[in-house]
Amino acid sequence: MSAVGNFLKNTTTRRGVAAIVCFVIIWHIGAMFDDWTGVDILGIGLVPPPSDVFAAFLGVIPKVGYWMSWVSSFSRVLTGFLVAMIIGIPFGLLLAVNKYFRGVFFPPFEILRPIPPLAWVPASLIFWPTNEMSIAFVTFLGAFFTIVINVLGGARSIDISYLRAAQSMGASQMDLFWKIVLPGTLPSIFTGAAVGMGITWEVVLAAEMISGGGTQGGGGLGFFIWNSYMGGSLEQIVVGMISIGIAGYICSSTIRKIGYFFMPWRRLF
Amino acid sequence: MANKSSKKKKIGALSIKNVTKIYDPSGVNVKAVDDCSMEIAGGEVCMIVGPSGCGKTTLLNAIAGFHSITEGSIHLDGELLCGPTKPKAEQSAERMVVFQHGALFPWKTLQENVAYGPTVQRVLSANQAMDKAGQMLAEAGLGQFVKKYPGEVSSGMARRAEIVRALINNPKVLLLDEPYRAMDALTKQIMHESLLETYDRTGVTIFFITHDLEEAIFLGDKVHVVTTRPCQLKKTVEVKIPRPRSYATQSSEGFRKLLVEVNDAVHEEAVKAFQAGEREMA
Repeated sequence: MSAVGNFLKNTTTRRGVAAIVCFVIIWHIGAMFDDWTGVDILGIGLVPPPSDVFAAFLGVIPKVGYWMSWVSSFSRVLTGFLVAMIIGIPFGLLLAVNKYFRGVFFPPFEILRPIPPLAWVPASLIFWPTNEMSIAFVTFLGAFFTIVINVLGGARSIDISYLRAAQSMGASQMDLFWKIVLPGTLPSIFTGAAVGMGITWEVVLAAEMISGGGTQGGGGLGFFIWNSYMGGSLEQIVVGMISIGIAGYICSSTIRKIGYFFMPWRRLF
Repeated sequence: MANKSSKKKKIGALSIKNVTKIYDPSGVNVKAVDDCSMEIAGGEVCMIVGPSGCGKTTLLNAIAGFHSITEGSIHLDGELLCGPTKPKAEQSAERMVVFQHGALFPWKTLQENVAYGPTVQRVLSANQAMDKAGQMLAEAGLGQFVKKYPGEVSSGMARRAEIVRALINNPKVLLLDEPYRAMDALTKQIMHESLLETYDRTGVTIFFITHDLEEAIFLGDKVHVVTTRPCQLKKTVEVKIPRPRSYATQSSEGFRKLLVEVNDAVHEEAVKAFQAGEREMA
């Protein structure tokens, strides 16, 4: 009890909990409205009430398949995301600091960037040998462009006074890069990561639905929703949606925590 | 104090001779500075006053080595910084700039910021530099704030820390580009006192750009009024108020007289600048 009491002491936490409770109550009222009054509210009249969804949740929790969906979606998201970070950050920084590199690679990058990641799905299903690889590739694309454009923008918008001050104080080109450009770009790197992570989840879900989950078992949460839809289980569809919400929240709060760790000076904002 | 230091051989004498700077990014040919000459003695506080956008900062950028010049030359203690053979001066810690909007690195604490110069120049080990930085910040009255990030302290403290960051490099010249522009009058007073105190202690040459005439007279040994673009020296007013100065001097008759003198010169240029602006708009 005291743990819950402590947990609720923080105003921000209290507000968050209150907001979720209110949301569930409104959802319940909306879902039950036609049972009570006979009037169907357009859009949410057919949504199962929270109690049914909760029951369905309890139903899937012991099932291995549900957790396998989590694992496979997560591993796809993380693979695509990490590869996008590993390639995207240095690529963005190089675009920012080297005009020859920018001259050569920026135009093709800008032509490929507007293509929505989902438009890549059919092509990548054909060109990559396995479903798994094509999903990972599309996921990678989802995060890659966002990360690169954020890193590039962040590095290019570093106040020139910082660079001049550092150079006047005797900084070498290497010092400038590691001590000024990189820390100056960190906030944008993390913004790009947070946005990119969101896009990755969108893309992975859609890719899972389109590709039918893949042949090597584990269909992922996207396939879980699609399967529930095919099976006509409204409650499970909502369970799948909420699962994705929770998964996305875990990812974005992890990125925030890592960001705080690497950018102590941003903690004041 | 001022007398004692004036007997030493002064370093940091700037000689600006017939400097012209033409910006020509795409054939527009804007003359920012036109045949501008000034002599600044070592250890002098030299205040540059002129209308907005007149090319004062261009002159400062040329001394600092951020921009090239088109004609003329600038010497520091007889050594050529830039001239016909070498249009752009090297950036160097002997000429430290304090920027208009402040340029402390937000990702470093005040102490790390101040320690940066000696660390990258490898004149001190990282630990020694941090020690010295802490000591110098304490001398400037910022002892409690050494572990704070620039975003956590007031703009006045940040600016003071930035001046400390410049001074730790033992510069010959301190170049200040309207450093107190966005500050309220009370903070400005404290900044002025702190800068005068620093100056009395170090005797460093100060090249200070400002719009604030009272600031110019209160701080300066000489006030150089420059014309609207292109920047030329219009008038030099010598300020013979003895140091150390206090705020009481601002209400003295001598101070008021100087203010009127400088104001007359500046006002004429401000009107010209305003009319030129109107012409450009029309």
